[in-house]
Amino acid sequence: MVRWAMAIDLEKCSGCQACVVACAAENNVPLGSPQEATMGRLIRWLQMLPRIEGEYPHVRAEVIPMMCFQCERPPCTYVCPVAATYKNPQGIVAQIYWRCIGCRYCVNACPFTLKWFNWFQPRWPATMAEATNPDVSLRDKGVTEKCTFCHHRLQQAKDRTRAEGRPLRPEDYRPACVEACPQGALVFGDLDDPESPVARLARSPRAFRFLEELGTQPKVYFLAATPEA
Amino acid sequence: MAEVTGPEAKTRVLRPLTRPAGWGYTLTVGGLVAIFGWSLYAWSRQIQTGLGVTGLNVPVFWGVYIINFVFFIGISHAGTLISSILRITDTPWRRPFTRLAEAITVFSLPFGALSVIVDLGRPDRLLHVVRYPHFTSAILWDVVCISTYLITSCLYFYLALVPDIALCRDRLPETPAWRKRLYRTLALGWQGTPVQWRTLDRLLTGMSIFLFALVVSVHTNVSFVFGMTLKPGWHTTIISPFFVLGAIYSGVATVIVLAALFRRLYRLEDLMTEAHFRSCAKFLLALCCFWLYAMIVEHLFVFYGKETAELRILEAKFWGPYAPLFWTMVACCFGIPFTVLAVPRWRTIRNLVVIGLVIDVGMWLERYTIIVPSGAYPYLPWGVGTYRPSWVEVSVTAGWLAGFLALILLFARLFPVLTVWEVREELGEARFSLGAPVPAGTVDMAGASPSPWIPPLGGRGSPTGAGQSPSLATDASLQRFRPSFVSKMRQT
Repeated sequence: MVRWAMAIDLEKCSGCQACVVACAAENNVPLGSPQEATMGRLIRWLQMLPRIEGEYPHVRAEVIPMMCFQCERPPCTYVCPVAATYKNPQGIVAQIYWRCIGCRYCVNACPFTLKWFNWFQPRWPATMAEATNPDVSLRDKGVTEKCTFCHHRLQQAKDRTRAEGRPLRPEDYRPACVEACPQGALVFGDLDDPESPVARLARSPRAFRFLEELGTQPKVYFLAATPEA
Repeated sequence: MAEVTGPEAKTRVLRPLTRPAGWGYTLTVGGLVAIFGWSLYAWSRQIQTGLGVTGLNVPVFWGVYIINFVFFIGISHAGTLISSILRITDTPWRRPFTRLAEAITVFSLPFGALSVIVDLGRPDRLLHVVRYPHFTSAILWDVVCISTYLITSCLYFYLALVPDIALCRDRLPETPAWRKRLYRTLALGWQGTPVQWRTLDRLLTGMSIFLFALVVSVHTNVSFVFGMTLKPGWHTTIISPFFVLGAIYSGVATVIVLAALFRRLYRLEDLMTEAHFRSCAKFLLALCCFWLYAMIVEHLFVFYGKETAELRILEAKFWGPYAPLFWTMVACCFGIPFTVLAVPRWRTIRNLVVIGLVIDVGMWLERYTIIVPSGAYPYLPWGVGTYRPSWVEVSVTAGWLAGFLALILLFARLFPVLTVWEVREELGEARFSLGAPVPAGTVDMAGASPSPWIPPLGGRGSPTGAGQSPSLATDASLQRFRPSFVSKMRQT
């Protein structure tokens, strides 16, 4: 069984936010207006968590890219009254947009605050609206959405490998953010394969997961940056 | 010189139903309906534009709507508590309040349910809850619990109303034809025969027990919506009992306010006496102390545990941005009510009305300080969220309150606001406890202090003693109005 997972090396991450842009473009995430930004209503399936450590003058600031952690035991799926969000057989937490009633219970239940709600009907500038990704469904107002590890790419990879008559290899399927990272800080692959790069990074002494103590078992690992000497 | 006899008590209660509606009443109901209409307009704007018209944002995903949901469901528990739990335990002072309490239950529950529907991003998909039920969700169980509760309490309310509807049918000859037809249909051919009383008595007792379980489970389930998540501030063990307690507390406060209102409007001073209100006040005082206990326990655990995320919320509530709301809430739920209720001489009806309103405000704020800070301070430091209700949310809240009051006022024009047969029961009961040879159906109010026909709490005459009284056994008119007496006859 394949368990798709990601490892993010904070040592390599420069905070360039190429992943943020790639994600928004790939998944038809609306740009959002300045007003929405002020209200704190922007939708970013992948966004940067600012973290500041220490006190002046010994301050260390960093930004950490964060997308849905695709928990092994996702608290958001248990609470959905209509089973619109669920963990699919590939271990990816999916969202059925047409079924979602917009109660925002799952958004509240996510300890990482990494699910998003459409407060308005999403809008794009006219030129962009014509160029939405046809592989990803557009969301209506009033529903919840989230990162799916670019699940549609897995479907495409499966179709492609079936046509080529070969088994699916982990390198066939990579989310947009992983592809866009210029430093290769984002590593994607199968956690169940002990030799895969992601599994090796997950075993690294630098590896940690956010809020591990809650027991949701996130499948996104972070590799702590070593402090500059 | 007040002389209340059984028959007079009846006409006293029925008199407001025969009087034409004054302009004050028409204007009030009209105003309330207008406010309700405005809230529907606000809601329509929200459906058109999306939930963006509210003040909600990331990470404060739940706001005033969910607060209203908990608040209205909480108020509705008054009815069940006073009319069923106190009916099972046969608490004497409940009697003048039961009908109003049940009305509050029946009329506030729909607004609780509506509050959740308003909160939905896609209210058009409401039926998905039935089509694709997911049984691990507390919200689904809320739907189950609240609809069961609504159906049961409507039925319970109606059943207790049947003898009084029959009374309206028989005693209000000058009502318009449509009302006559209404009473005739709704009375279900009630004649007050011993068999009918026995059936009603059995049904009400059975349903009381069922409702007893429901009242606890419904609000427990409401608390599960919060407590079952991993959210700091919500994920506590005491949240369920605290919710049930708070629900009953705000409910009883609401009953007192509305009872005092109708006492004044309908001149029911001798049926809802100061003594009734004083007993209610003592009950409220007990609830008030329990509330403080639960509140302290909840926060003490957080304080002592020192869990980072939890402590951040506690600090925000105690001396941070939510401190004004939090301490107003403590003053409204404990400080002010306790001070007034603890002094027997201050337990006047006027004070109780003020206290009731203060408690309601306090309990609404309590839900605010539970729901909003937990949203604003998530585990990860995404930046603190702020939340300010928008005009849509304020309008909907005002509209729901107005709609609730309008329904109560409309109801009170059509049906007696007192359970006539229960009040009659009390008039009868009092004689056994006094043991005085008062003529059947008549109770002397003169010179009594505070009121001889209200038995002191816990000092009621034993029902077996009542059954042995020969003069009562022969009093046919009394039998008609004393269902519990009839069922006791059957047992012997």
